[in-house]
Amino acid sequence: MDRADVDTKIRSLIEPFNKKGIEVKEETTFQNDLEFDSLTVMDFVAEIEDEFDIIISMNQQAEIENYGQLVDTVTKLQAD
Amino acid sequence: MSEGIIQPDQPEVLEGEGRDLFSKFDDIIALREGLLASGQEDPFNLVMEKVLSPTRAICNGRDTILLGTYNYMGMTFDPDVVEAGKQALADFGSGTTGSRVLNGTYQGHKEVEQALMDFYDMDHAMVFSTGYQANLGIISTIAGKGDYIVLDIDSHASIWDGCAMGQAEVVPFKHNDIEAMEKRLKRIPEGAGKLVVLEGVYSMLGDVAPLKEMVAVAKKYGAMVLVDEAHSMGFIGANGRGVVEDAGVIDDVDFIIGTFSKSVGTVGGFCVSNHPKFEIMRLVCRPYVFTASLPPSVVATAETSIRKLMHGSNKRAHLWENSKALHKGLKDLGFKLGTEEPQSAIIAVIMPGLEKGAAMWEALIKGGLYVNLARPPATPANMTLLRCSLCAEHSEEEVGQILSIFEQAGKAVGII
Repeated sequence: MDRADVDTKIRSLIEPFNKKGIEVKEETTFQNDLEFDSLTVMDFVAEIEDEFDIIISMNQQAEIENYGQLVDTVTKLQAD
Repeated sequence: MSEGIIQPDQPEVLEGEGRDLFSKFDDIIALREGLLASGQEDPFNLVMEKVLSPTRAICNGRDTILLGTYNYMGMTFDPDVVEAGKQALADFGSGTTGSRVLNGTYQGHKEVEQALMDFYDMDHAMVFSTGYQANLGIISTIAGKGDYIVLDIDSHASIWDGCAMGQAEVVPFKHNDIEAMEKRLKRIPEGAGKLVVLEGVYSMLGDVAPLKEMVAVAKKYGAMVLVDEAHSMGFIGANGRGVVEDAGVIDDVDFIIGTFSKSVGTVGGFCVSNHPKFEIMRLVCRPYVFTASLPPSVVATAETSIRKLMHGSNKRAHLWENSKALHKGLKDLGFKLGTEEPQSAIIAVIMPGLEKGAAMWEALIKGGLYVNLARPPATPANMTLLRCSLCAEHSEEEVGQILSIFEQAGKAVGII
């Protein structure tokens, strides 16, 4: 799956979590823009992990602040 | 100086003034001040002026029933336990002033470790200065960089801190969700070291883990299993060895972590294991090596208490009666509880929010009842909880009193 496909997939996964309907750009941050709390992060990460059959450890999550970084990470992990 | 007259030469407001390393705590300071400004009694600043028994104390000047102490088996005033402590204080002095691996291992430390091996029927026992250090030390030492730790999202702070300190890859799963746990284990790269960390009883809601299934899944994927049984020791399982014993999987877990600060009634932590190489931990586990060992009086009280807990079946039975009676009583009054059925000695009462929860806590303490107020971020799903932990020494009459204080407070605050 290339980056564009990963991006499309994650966009559909993020929808139910994006309660305020904020426009998601590459630089949109999960904490400040989307206001994800730790529980939302856990559920959202679990969805992505199940969809792509990958693990995004807490250590890797700590490096991901915005949407673009998430798509990059998932693209890389699912290719491995 | 220059002609500025009413202005000093230096700008009055410096950029960044009023901000220092403490600025990151401003939000929590404001939250706390807001709560106290309403005249609320501070739930996190209670002083017990006098402790009358395992179940009663004078708190902030009032005679109070204690229902939030983790003193599950009521051992703190046991005459044999107290006597053992006094004797050790007289014979060995007030403290060891040294690490377990240097001058801090006395006869009593070996004896309490033997008591643990006997209690759990295991080959090795290692005693730490606190339960927090036991988790911190064991987890951080066995799971290092490149290893994977799969753990329940509602794990205790000491487990999270142990994970962070060891720099392993940390993979949490949804609370008590066997399938979510299995999915994560399945995805771990081949050849990587795997540790599954679970708790017998989760202290926030007082619910029990499905250990029979979870331990089987962990073993299927070749993971080592560590179970924290802090809240079940002495109470759950035929011999009080915890949920692992009750679930019939004690022989399949690699490490049990426990504490002396709950059922045992003093302070300290431990790990028991049958692993043939376990003793090497004493040399490589930093939170064990780089701290002073427990005072002789503490290990003596712990040893006496642990040996008495082996024969505590009557107390265990009474504690279950208390747990069932309180759970049913609170449910009948209309309170929302953390579990449908009582699963442990912890009954969590779910509050509609922090403000009502704090008001309820205050109404209870003024009515003569102490419970724990637990709030986000220490709680699952951002709940505010009033946590009740029962003691084997609570009488049937006291449980009745507790229920009537809850009823009055709940009605006054408008929760029921």
